[in-house]
Amino acid sequence: MLGLNQDAVINPAQRRRLVRALRAFLPEAAVLHTEETLKPYECDGLTVFRALPMLVVRPTTESDVCRVLAICAEIGVPVVARGAGTGLSGGATPIGNGVLMSLAALNRIIAIDPLARTATVEPGVTNLAISQAVASHRLYYAPDPSSQIACSIGGNVAENSGGVHCLKYGLTVHNVLKLRVAMMDGTLVELGSAGCDCAGYDLLALLHGSEGLLGVITEITVKLLPKPAEARVVMAAFDTISAAARAVARIIASGIVPAGLELMDHAATNAVEAFAHAGYPLDAQAILLCESDGASDEVDDEIECICAILADCGASTLRVSSGAEERLQLWAGRKAAFPAIGKLSPDYYCVDGTIPRRHVADVLQRIAALSQHFGLRCANVFHAGDGNLHPLIMFDAALSDEVERAEAFGNAILMLCLEVGGSITGEHGVGLEKLDAMCAQFESAELASFHALKHAFDPLGLLNPGKAVPLLHRCGEVAARQRQRRNPQHTNLPVF
Amino acid sequence: MCAETPLLGADSELRAVIRTATERQTKLCLRGSGSKDFYGGTGPGLAVDLSHYRGIIDYAPEELVIVVRAGTPLAEVEAVLSEAGQMLPFEPPQYGGGGTIGGCIAAGLSGPRRPYAGASRDYVLGLRLIDGRGQSLQFGGAVIKNVAGYDVSRLMVGAMGTLGVLRDIALKVLPRPRVERTVCFACTEPEAIVRMNRWAGRMPALSASSHADGVLALRLSGSAAGVNAALRELGGELLDDAESYWRSLRDQHNYFFTQAEPLWRVSLPPTAPPLKIPLPLMIEWGGALRWLVGDLDYAAVQARVRGLGGHITAFRGAPRNIPVFQPLPPALEQLHTRIRDVFDPHRIFNPGRFCSQQESDHQR
Repeated sequence: MLGLNQDAVINPAQRRRLVRALRAFLPEAAVLHTEETLKPYECDGLTVFRALPMLVVRPTTESDVCRVLAICAEIGVPVVARGAGTGLSGGATPIGNGVLMSLAALNRIIAIDPLARTATVEPGVTNLAISQAVASHRLYYAPDPSSQIACSIGGNVAENSGGVHCLKYGLTVHNVLKLRVAMMDGTLVELGSAGCDCAGYDLLALLHGSEGLLGVITEITVKLLPKPAEARVVMAAFDTISAAARAVARIIASGIVPAGLELMDHAATNAVEAFAHAGYPLDAQAILLCESDGASDEVDDEIECICAILADCGASTLRVSSGAEERLQLWAGRKAAFPAIGKLSPDYYCVDGTIPRRHVADVLQRIAALSQHFGLRCANVFHAGDGNLHPLIMFDAALSDEVERAEAFGNAILMLCLEVGGSITGEHGVGLEKLDAMCAQFESAELASFHALKHAFDPLGLLNPGKAVPLLHRCGEVAARQRQRRNPQHTNLPVF
Repeated sequence: MCAETPLLGADSELRAVIRTATERQTKLCLRGSGSKDFYGGTGPGLAVDLSHYRGIIDYAPEELVIVVRAGTPLAEVEAVLSEAGQMLPFEPPQYGGGGTIGGCIAAGLSGPRRPYAGASRDYVLGLRLIDGRGQSLQFGGAVIKNVAGYDVSRLMVGAMGTLGVLRDIALKVLPRPRVERTVCFACTEPEAIVRMNRWAGRMPALSASSHADGVLALRLSGSAAGVNAALRELGGELLDDAESYWRSLRDQHNYFFTQAEPLWRVSLPPTAPPLKIPLPLMIEWGGALRWLVGDLDYAAVQARVRGLGGHITAFRGAPRNIPVFQPLPPALEQLHTRIRDVFDPHRIFNPGRFCSQQESDHQR
């Protein structure tokens, strides 16, 4: 539910006790508790959820993180870990009677090993800073969420972030080798290894996308890849979405795994063209951007195959980048999609869901019908390579019921994703935003095992409580509301 | 592509077996084809044959996703993928071809392509399992990106069946490379370790590596143009019949692996220095995997391997008093026990098969 109230009664005596305990080993500036200093932390990238925490703590070392956790565990105060606060599902929204722990000051690059192709960093280091730090070795860190200049690697692990290169280079979970994690009681564990595997269960994978509910990540060792010698992009325009979707399927079936494969619909194309002047044809119903990277001969061959398929599928315009500058220009439009929509509408709501690619034409058509039904405009950008939809619903929060309508429209899109065998979130996470939608994706027994897993890591239930996994009674209420609306089809949808 | 096979191993049958085991406090040994009976610890229990639950549920090559029942023979999965020009990128061992995809995922083993393409866990998108309470639980999905709920699917990979009976598995697949070539060089062990790492940082076409008996072998995969460019840069001598060479490493069945017992699997950071243990040695995975055959001083080697940031597995044929899997640090051991409580509270599944749970399982 958008705009959920996260306030809770703060116990002033408890706050005083905590401030005293923390200031015993932290500098004054690292413990914030006045309203004006707390204000910048009241929300993450999903600004409809806001709450002031009881206090903010900014540790600068791993051992301080552990001490803060141990103290909070002892007093029984919930802790929300926050990286750069760029998350889009409210995962870092503070809890009114809890501590918000900012990890932004743990921002050191600890080690770079060019021969082993790894970098070991603290959680507050930004995603892009890693690639910049290793660029001189002709290496890079592959996952590149669109917020990469600002988002922190710790947050990337917590959300299992993606980006436009996921199909070929994987998600965060595929590119992290090892984590050091502080448990709620202040003990440290090491998960994964600098090698290819470790003994025991794959807890490294389990921590990815766990949204700060299982532990606080204090150190990350990432895998680095050789920088491709060459990258070129093709822009193709289509008269119909279904022709573009056919081209996507044909490219992948032909044995090519593009480095990036993005689709934009007519509304998105027009919005970004006015904003970024990337050179997209304005009459196209769909624009595809397809990138190839690798050794330069290899890229030339691949681009030739891609162009042949695109032409065969009826592309009305084909443009291949001939240099770095033209490549950036062709990408500029796609990268400006969110700010471009921001210019068109006072507010917009970025939906995140995934579908099997074969349903894309049908799903986009049904989203257009929903847009009519809810009376709200919607532009679509789509990570076509990995089936990740990002419909951008335009609304005006100042108008009477538009927030509710935008929310209902977004939820209808997520249910559509489930209906065709997809998921309610591809990369933004559940946070607070999608708790109700989780009730539709999972059965009670599955949700119960998520809660039990959290309990295994955090028996006191103090790490980011209330996020990511809905309580079973909440799902009961959601189901009851749906029955009232005589809309029973959303309860038990299979995932496969 | 959807095969309609009779489901002899229906969920209801399996649930009944689990219920009976819970009531009588007996144990179950989960088994596909038995191709990996040699791997992991042993414990008491009734063998449960899971190989009847088979068939491909869904496969659309343009989605790069296949959904299969866990009892499906691995060879059948590979054949269906191969027909569409695709593959399981982690190159799993086949051990004679009888193995099931469920066993493959439960054991979590990967082959020569592992360091370059990713491990079995990297390609698991979702799965359905029956837990120790007899509940059918589904996690992940059949889509490439999915962050709803904890990633329980990947937790199951390599858990050796101790967290549930795998039923339906969705895997990401990739196109087979058009061209593969293997080149060989004569060089020493320390040199090989450096070269493997250096090339991996420069050459995306690299797809397998090994060093044994003074010979470094590197496999290149990709388009003709990509492989040829890499070959020009590398030099070396082309290896004939490279396919059967890498297969013999994948399944650990060539002379090196069979000359003596036990077979030790040492996993290390790829740049770890030579171990200097006077036993026959095979290096794989760009330096990250080192096989040893013969008797060794387990405690001393384990301490050394641990010190280098790795772990040792008594992979095949070790005496029973040696733990198969390297014992975990206490904090992790405790976490493992609690996670097992979530999915197998009565300790029904595969007692003693995995990790240092041997002792704690027996005590229950």
